[in-house]
Amino acid sequence: MSNIRQNRDRWIRRFFYCVALASITTLFLIAVFLFMEGLPIFSKVSLKGFIFGKYWYPTSEPPDFGIFPLIMGSVGVTIVSAIMAVPLGVMTAVYLAEIASPGLREVVKPVVELLAALPSVVIGFFGMVVVAPFLQEVFDVATGLNLFNASLMLAFMSVPTICSLSEDAVYSVPISLKEASLALGATQWETIIRVILPASISGISTAVILGMSRAIGETMVVLMVAGGAAMVPLSIFDPVRPMPASIAAEMAEAPFRGSHYHALFATGIVLFTFTFLFNLFADYISHKYRQVGEATL
Amino acid sequence: MKKKIYLMMTLALIFLFSAGPAFSGSIVIKGSTTVLPIAQKISEAYMKDHPDARISLSGSGSGDGMKAIIDGTTDVANSSRFIKDEEVKLALGKGTYPVPFRVALDCILPIVHPGNSIDNLTIDQLKAIYKGEIKNWKELGGPDRKVVMISRDTSSGTYEVWEEKVMKKERVHPGALLQASNGAVVQAVAKNKNAIGYVGIGYMDHSIKAIKVNGIEGSEETTLNGTFPISRPLFMFTRGWPTGDTLNFINFVLSPQKGQKLVKSAGFVPLY
Repeated sequence: MSNIRQNRDRWIRRFFYCVALASITTLFLIAVFLFMEGLPIFSKVSLKGFIFGKYWYPTSEPPDFGIFPLIMGSVGVTIVSAIMAVPLGVMTAVYLAEIASPGLREVVKPVVELLAALPSVVIGFFGMVVVAPFLQEVFDVATGLNLFNASLMLAFMSVPTICSLSEDAVYSVPISLKEASLALGATQWETIIRVILPASISGISTAVILGMSRAIGETMVVLMVAGGAAMVPLSIFDPVRPMPASIAAEMAEAPFRGSHYHALFATGIVLFTFTFLFNLFADYISHKYRQVGEATL
Repeated sequence: MKKKIYLMMTLALIFLFSAGPAFSGSIVIKGSTTVLPIAQKISEAYMKDHPDARISLSGSGSGDGMKAIIDGTTDVANSSRFIKDEEVKLALGKGTYPVPFRVALDCILPIVHPGNSIDNLTIDQLKAIYKGEIKNWKELGGPDRKVVMISRDTSSGTYEVWEEKVMKKERVHPGALLQASNGAVVQAVAKNKNAIGYVGIGYMDHSIKAIKVNGIEGSEETTLNGTFPISRPLFMFTRGWPTGDTLNFINFVLSPQKGQKLVKSAGFVPLY
């Protein structure tokens, strides 16, 4: 009897092992495919020429495969959206975890998370039809489809990620730390700034990095509202073309296995490297500054 | 003896399955988004005429359609450009020969915001704008406002025509805004009084204003008689000379009474 149960246990264990392996294998195969399709471009252009090249003219004769403006576009929208989303997300998280009444928290948190459920194409459409004419009117810029508009829309999308994960981090700070601080006579504000935030900094950093990684990989929004000029932006009201927008716009029409096709996959490799580093960094931070017990503060 | 029967059965099965779309009464169409409205209208009419026919239609770009023809995942590929040498080589390598059919003409109109006072530009002026040499509408006799040029992604068929007919193979300035479809260009121009863009004649509507090129208005007549400088033929490609349902479909498309009428109602210029 016990033999049968042990056997079953073993099979269930194997099953779950295979399930876990399946997602890793998929990721691995996608990465292999990405590299296989992207690397051939480097027979046409050097790595340095590809990454630091200033001109992206993949279809002209002779073609130019320089993605520096695209990288700068991606970096630009990610940084500006982080500047908007991080304070908003983290402060909302602190409010929800520490200040808001439990009842309010039960209502606000799901609503913020609902923001993450908004399809990106809807946000993009909103940016294109509502925000772009508004920006053009108010700031008197040449076009409303620009870096600032895209960053604003991306901030909308990364706030839920940042807020929700930070809130979990802040909420999970041991209650004894808070009680000790208050018992020593600190006000609630001093407790939040000096005790709660330092204790949850690893969780908050992870949240911020994952939020930024969402912003850098987001495609639909930047395709619709970033403007799409393959130029290094000089002001936040300049149109830009982040890497995902370029891939999405051009892939469908690129001749199969031609150099343009390979160049787009190579752009994908660069993008993948970015998000991979972001995630690795998030992982590192969350391990290094992890709050273990109450003694390490 | 028995072995022979098995062999024959296997062969019969292989033939049965490999024959695929040709016998099942279904046609797969993929490719250019420019040709999509034409293909949509014609497919609907064709299915009405042939109740047993099933057409699956998708639009994801000329290059994608060619890819599908090469891989054999489609019967008909729509394309807003002629096939490239690289693609012919790939197709021959896979043992198929793509056959082109000219199905309609497209005429690409430069467009501006309806509030813009400019209504005629020469090809050279258009070229100068898209090269980034003309930066202000003032230089063209318009108001003192910055020109915002809107272009298509460099791999779209529409861009290729623009590059060939207007830019004469020179590069569009990198500061040009990129939009991924004709519809998006219309949207962007309609929302921006500084903008200039270009779209296929099928996408022309009241939210934007078309401008004359070298004094010639872009229309069916000027496209057919060849005077409008920015026009191009649109194609459907098949895998080898079409047979069966695919042949019926192509004949339907080219028929002056049926397909070509629908080409016109889709907003393109018919062949006859």
